[in-house]
This record gives sequence, structure tokens and C-alpha cells, in this order.
Amino acid sequence: MKILTYREAIIEALREEMERDPSIFIMGEDIGEHWQGSVKEFEGLWPQFGSERIRETPISETAILGCAVGAAMTGMRPIANIMFAAFLGVPMDEIFSQLTKMRYMFGGKTKMPVTIMCLSGGGMGAAAQHSVCLEGMLMSIPGLKLVSPSTPYDAKGLLKSAIRDDNPVVFFQNLFLTVSGFKGEVPDGEYTIPLGEAIVKREGDDVTVVAIGSRVHTALSAATRLEKENISVEVIDPRCMVPLDEKTIIDSVKKTGKLVILDEEPKTGSAASEIAAIIAEKAIEYLDAPIKRVCAPNTPVPFSPVLEKYWMPDEEDLITAVKIVI
Amino acid sequence: MELSKEKLLEMFKRMVLIRQFETRVKKSFADGDIPGFIHLSVGQEAIAVGSIFNLRDDDYIVSHHRGHGHLIAKGGDINFMMAELYGKKTGYCKGKGGSMHLADFNHYMLGAHGIVGSTVTIATGAGLSAKLRKSNQVTLSFLGDGASNTGRFHEGLNLAAIWDLPIVYIIENNFYAESTHISYSARVKNLSERAVAYGIPGETINSNDVLEIYEKVGKAINRARNGEGPSLIECQTYRHFGHEEGDMETYKKKIDIEIWMKKDPIKIFKERLIKEGILTEVEEERISEEMKNKVEEAVKFAKDSPYPDPEETLEDVYA
Repeated sequence: MKILTYREAIIEALREEMERDPSIFIMGEDIGEHWQGSVKEFEGLWPQFGSERIRETPISETAILGCAVGAAMTGMRPIANIMFAAFLGVPMDEIFSQLTKMRYMFGGKTKMPVTIMCLSGGGMGAAAQHSVCLEGMLMSIPGLKLVSPSTPYDAKGLLKSAIRDDNPVVFFQNLFLTVSGFKGEVPDGEYTIPLGEAIVKREGDDVTVVAIGSRVHTALSAATRLEKENISVEVIDPRCMVPLDEKTIIDSVKKTGKLVILDEEPKTGSAASEIAAIIAEKAIEYLDAPIKRVCAPNTPVPFSPVLEKYWMPDEEDLITAVKIVI
Repeated sequence: MELSKEKLLEMFKRMVLIRQFETRVKKSFADGDIPGFIHLSVGQEAIAVGSIFNLRDDDYIVSHHRGHGHLIAKGGDINFMMAELYGKKTGYCKGKGGSMHLADFNHYMLGAHGIVGSTVTIATGAGLSAKLRKSNQVTLSFLGDGASNTGRFHEGLNLAAIWDLPIVYIIENNFYAESTHISYSARVKNLSERAVAYGIPGETINSNDVLEIYEKVGKAINRARNGEGPSLIECQTYRHFGHEEGDMETYKKKIDIEIWMKKDPIKIFKERLIKEGILTEVEEERISEEMKNKVEEAVKFAKDSPYPDPEETLEDVYA
């Protein structure tokens, strides 16, 4: 084992995969010689692989995604970098009318091995157009897979699987975990983590907390505090919203009888809402309290630190919700 | 440009096949046998054949909603095409795509796409892929006059230009984006003038003449294959029918119809071939009959084919 930052683990995954498979290349803005990623999330790749495979683009998100579609259909395995998750709005047609529909509408004739990378989430004072999480919105698009890693270990193992997957995968690289230098253990050798396997981060008996992305760490911190009040919290990180490991969540709910979901998205149409619906549909008989969704309010992300703190679903919000259902 | 008699006749036959296919589809749609939306390319056959007959088998084309002719020109099987239009299991896309989404990867035809403008960036990606794989393949991107007003046109051509990608963008300017005339939606006289913005060659062909298209697109293809980058070619043309079947075409001007009916690409090619002693009226009638019979066989194949099982709805979402 070694200790890597979240950012370093992601770079290591990219490097190893690009060394392994010459059909992989990355397209994006400011990923080349000078910046090597807007927060150095591709540092060291351009010096090693050069401008052909670390392909810097003009500010053309639509063309980046459109090109990825055309390249994926013709034998390449492109990684399309869209910098910030909020910028996915620009090439959204490429995502929901092309990338995810072509295989289906062509009767299975083509595969679409595209990985979309983007920086996701708030907490950085980056305001409404650079801070969003989009898991809930993108979950409604059949054909897409969604990865939201919360640790360096998961980030590396899941990114490698995402790149090798023959379907389009959106890899949400958490912005806060990237720039804060968040560290964790990563094995020395080769490993991958299958898409669609949740991980139980902490076992508990009284309540199941499902948390997504950076909120996993918020949930773990809350669980430690609640333990002191004799409330035993089981924390689950789904890691992928699509495919979603429903079984791990349902098994946990069978044990605890209570479910709280912590998600950094406005509540309406959030990933938390979909998880709540699934559990209500498939496991309501095991519940002995209402499901609680701890989400952001239905507003854009505000700028001022005071406002953003109020907006962000945090430890206090989670603890309050847990105590309501207990 | 020297083309053999055999090749000229093959081009003529293919144009006639496209016209017969489209004309028969019009009837099947009117009869209620084909569901959905149908966009016919009658009048535009010279562009499909003139461009595509320059290609190697492994060169790519990316097609749009008015794309039946492109696939026929590329060598597609009209039985599978017709079956797809009828929504049958034996169709090119197993009944999941229909008229607007025909795709034939065995013929390097990367699908027809119903979002106007999307073919530009998809083709750019295919061109990038060919360049990265050093395969020396060229990609033809077909788009309409309407698509040349979308943002993708700008982003896609710019990217292809800065990376010298082996692509020829072919605007089939039939003057109407649905009901909107290009004189309303663009200030430039010729859409090929837009090439200047990307530092690439641009050319307009207004003859609807398959041989002129063959020659000029051929030069652009050679340029692309030699690593000299993309080109933009505008082929002015006219669709004899509406935007889609059912369109009453109230927006069309009588004078334009008169002008462009004289430039019917099959008519002018036929007259030329007869004048040059390559074709006779009798042979032309025989070719027409032969193509008509092929299309009738395709209709029979489509009608006799089974529908997909309803449960197939759930297949082909993920690989």
C-alpha cells in the first residue's frame, strides 16, 4: 500500500490505462503543455504521452463530446474531459441524443466506449455555474453509467473500470476532494473495482445512511459523533449511481429498518430521490420509519460562504435527520 | 477526368435505384405501411452518388435524416433498409431506428442522425480516429443548409481545420430547412464562403450534375487523404418533395420548381450519357425497370419479415 491523494490516484489510473491501451486518448481544454488540467488533474500526462493523445481542444465542449462519439464508433476509446460538471449542459445533446442512444437506435450495431470526466460538487465558493452535482439528472438517461468516487482507492479502481467499459460512463471527479489534497491508501499493484458495487464504509445497526461523493466523509464524521450518543449508523457509499447496487442498500435496510440519504443536489429529481423511490418500492416492508432525504434546497448553489454553507447538506443536517427517524 | 463506361452506367443505375426506392417509400408511407416520419431525397441523388463513388470501401460516411440515398450509394442492402422502414426485425437496426437512423457499419456508414448538425461533430470524431490510427481513411460528412447554421458546424469545422483531419463536409443545400428558406437564415451568398472562417477550402457546385460533383469532391477527398486537411463543399440542389411526407410545400416558389426540374440530376445525366453514346432510351427503360423490380423485392422482403418481439425493447441499451 501507498498513500496517494485523490488527484494523484486518478492520474495514476489514466497513466496505467494509456500505457496499456493505445486506443485511449484524452480530449479537453487546457489539459496539455501549460496547465495539464484546470486543477492539474492531468499533471504529468502530457509530458509522457504528448499532444496526439493528450489532445488539447479549443473551448468546444460540443465538439469534444461529438468527436468522442465519432471516435468511439470507429475503434478508439476516447476520454472526453468537460472540466466542470456544470459544463455538461453545453454538450447535453451529444450525451442524451447521441452517446447514449446510438447503440440502441442502431440495433446494437456499435459500442460506445467513452469516458466523460468532469469536476463535480461545491463547497469551494465557485458559485452556481461551477459547483453542481448532476447524478440525479443524468440517472434519467438510459444508456449512461455514473461513477462518483469518494476516496483515492475507489477513484483509481473505478476510473480504470470506466475506461475499460464498452458503454459511456460519466466519471464525477469531486472538486473538493481533488483540490483539498484528500489522501488515502492505494494498493501498489494493478486493481480495478467493478462498476455497480456499493461499499459498506461503516457497519451499524440503528440506521442506514447512504451518502454520495464527498458527502460520504460527512456521513462518516456524523456517524462517529452519533456513536457517542449510542446511535449506531451504517454508512453505505454506492460509488456508482448507475448501475446502482440496490442489494447492498436493501440488505442494510432490512437490518436497520431506517434509511437516510445524504446527497449534495437539490432535492427534486436528485439521486437521493431515486434511491428513496427504489427502497419504497422494493423494501417498504422492512422500514419502520419514513425515508429521509438530506439534500440541498431547490436553488442554484450560492456564492457567499455564509450562503453556500447554508445550502450544503452537512453533518448537522444529517444528524438532525437521523435523530428524527430513530 | 476519365470514367469508364461501366462506372458511368453504375453511377446512373445507382441514382435510378435511389429514386425508385424513394418513390416506392412515398407510396408505402401513403398506404400506411411505414410508420413515423419520412424524409425523401428525390432530386438530390447526384450528391450521394457523385460524392460516395469516389470513396474506398473502408472510408466513412455520416448521414442525416434525409439519408436513404447515402446508404444506397455506399452499397447498402435495400432489403434491410426497407425492412427497417417497415419496423421489422430483419431491418438494419432490428426495427429500433427506422428511416432516420439507418446504420451499416459493414459498409463504414456510421449511421443516419436525426439531430440536425450532429453529423458534423460525429464525422470530425471519425476523422480524428482515422488520423490517430493512421488508417488513411477519409470521412464524408453530409449535412443540410439548416445544419450549417448550428453551433456544431462551427465547432466541428474549426476542430477539423486546426487538426488537419481527413474529412470532406458536404452541404446539401436544398434551400429549405423544413419551411425556412436559406435566404432568410444566412447572409452569405454561397454557404461555402463559411470555409474562410476556418481557413479551409470552400467550393459551391450549383449544377446538380453528378460528374461535376464526382470531380470536385474527388479532389477534396484526395486532399484529405494526403493529409492536407478538411474541405467544405456546398452542393446546391432541390428536393422534389416536401421536408417530410405530408408537408404541403406551401412555401415553395413556382419559379424555383421550374428551374430545378430542368436540373433534375437523373434527367441531365441521362441526356449526357445518351449524347455520348453510352446509354440508349431502350437501355434506360430497362435499367429503370430493373431497379424498380429490385425495390419491389425489397418491399416484399419487408412485408414478409416478422416484427421484433416486444421484449426486444429492453435489449441493446448497454453493451
